[in-house]
Amino acid sequence: MHIAAILRLNPVLTEELEVDEDGRDIDREWIGLELNPFDDQALEQAVLLKEATGAKVTALAAEAEGGERLLKTALARGVDEVLLIEVGEENVQLSSRARAPLFQEALEGLAPDLVLTGVLSTDDIYGELAPQLGALLDWPQVSAVSNVALGDGVATLQQEYSGGISARIEVQLPAVVGLQAATQPPRYVAGSKLRDLLKVEVPTVEPGADFGADLADATELEVPDTSGGAEMLTGDAEAVAARIHEILVERGLV
Amino acid sequence: MRCLIFVEHSDGTVSESALELGAMAKSIGAEAVGLICAADPGAVNALAGQLGSFDAVIGVADDSLATYNPDAAARALTAATEAHKPDLVMTSYSAAGVDLAPNVAIRTGRQMVGYVSGLELDGDTLNAMSTVYSGKLVARTGMDLPGIVAVMPGAVKADGLSGGAPAVEMMDVDLSGLRMRVTETLVPENTGVNLADAEKIFCVGRALGGTEKIELAENVAAALGAELAGSRPVIDAGWMPKVRQVGKSGTKVKPRLYLMAGVSGAPEHLEGMANSELIIAINSDEQAPIFGTAHYGAVCDMFELMPALTERLTAGK
Repeated sequence: MHIAAILRLNPVLTEELEVDEDGRDIDREWIGLELNPFDDQALEQAVLLKEATGAKVTALAAEAEGGERLLKTALARGVDEVLLIEVGEENVQLSSRARAPLFQEALEGLAPDLVLTGVLSTDDIYGELAPQLGALLDWPQVSAVSNVALGDGVATLQQEYSGGISARIEVQLPAVVGLQAATQPPRYVAGSKLRDLLKVEVPTVEPGADFGADLADATELEVPDTSGGAEMLTGDAEAVAARIHEILVERGLV
Repeated sequence: MRCLIFVEHSDGTVSESALELGAMAKSIGAEAVGLICAADPGAVNALAGQLGSFDAVIGVADDSLATYNPDAAARALTAATEAHKPDLVMTSYSAAGVDLAPNVAIRTGRQMVGYVSGLELDGDTLNAMSTVYSGKLVARTGMDLPGIVAVMPGAVKADGLSGGAPAVEMMDVDLSGLRMRVTETLVPENTGVNLADAEKIFCVGRALGGTEKIELAENVAAALGAELAGSRPVIDAGWMPKVRQVGKSGTKVKPRLYLMAGVSGAPEHLEGMANSELIIAINSDEQAPIFGTAHYGAVCDMFELMPALTERLTAGK
């Protein structure tokens, strides 16, 4: 059994985001990048399945920068092999639609039984990579998944709907899964483990496939107008607590 | 102009989001054609009867469509798109919509835009507004038609039943050799926690940072007489049980008071609580999108605010 985990870097969303001068991308000069939280879940699920079944796990990424470090973290988390698809340093803003044919090509070469990636990534207008890969590879695909288990030629998983309702689905392999939550929360990796991997060479591959045609040139970004939103309470924590208490009293809520 | 709308339903009732998509199609002056996938033609007709605002319905009936099956639904939506060539295919941004919109876009060679919060038609170009970067930015995409959009639930108000049942045309789709089957539908167990009916909710987000300080949040909830809840990262990290999750994949709530600390306000969270009567949000990030939705907001450290508020609430009793 062979599992491929696709990992993507996202801007750290607790930082302030600004739009660049031509309005096509975020200003990346000071922005930090982190593993997309849903891909983090996919990585954890892949390692949990490895521990449960002895499956081999390969982690894949296609990043202009930060890809090597990202994949070394995946090695520290317990994946067996990694592969960085070279996209060119200048391509810092690549949508999932642009990258999908590159991942398709790499996956056709690796021929895994199961592909796991995060259910969504918030940094483009497509977000959802798994359903695109399902269509490109003509493999069955399920998104918004938690709790993946592997059986003989099948994966059993849970698809989550609103209201806490979910369905158990049995999917023939090979399949692509967009993961929402792993069976257990992602594990912590000690810094020492990462330092041990500093000298490890991350294998890279130059793609033969072209980027997928997307709508990047037809998309403009803007900061939403939140005026007309919240009335802001000012002061230190004591002052804010006092004002919240007053509001609750006025409304008969306490 | 014609829109083909994937109509979600459960237990014989069409989803609110399908009616919202119908209203959105009308708002750009388009015909709304629903695609209903169900177990048999009787079920299709019964569901079509709930789509009074739609112009027509295409029905696909098969045992595999009794409940949502991602493989079967993708084949049905692809077939209907290829046969009827609508200008725009619309899905909700739900679990099914996440499966279907990007998948059918590739299968049919169309462009798509997800996380859509608004549409405007400008000649042959459809301008789609999307909520990206967890609500911190808005993307405006000019898409040439034909295309596909996945629309955020609640982006527009649903139309009431303005007309009679639309005409239903059944369509044959080859659903042999499906590569997945739904074996069970799981409903949440009754755990004694009932967020949906709670009058007051105190919700904490990722900024909680771990379980070490959860007592501070429990104290606020207790002093307020509120249910404690968490946003998705809190639940996924295992800091609170799933039954306490508010949002798209958790519980949708509408309490009299929704007090929140350390929740940025990603669209998936807003979907579950934006209709609360009074929303008060505390966040250390002044750019947090929740301030666009909350009634009152404050930029401050939740770990300073929580004990201060507990003290106020306890002293005020």
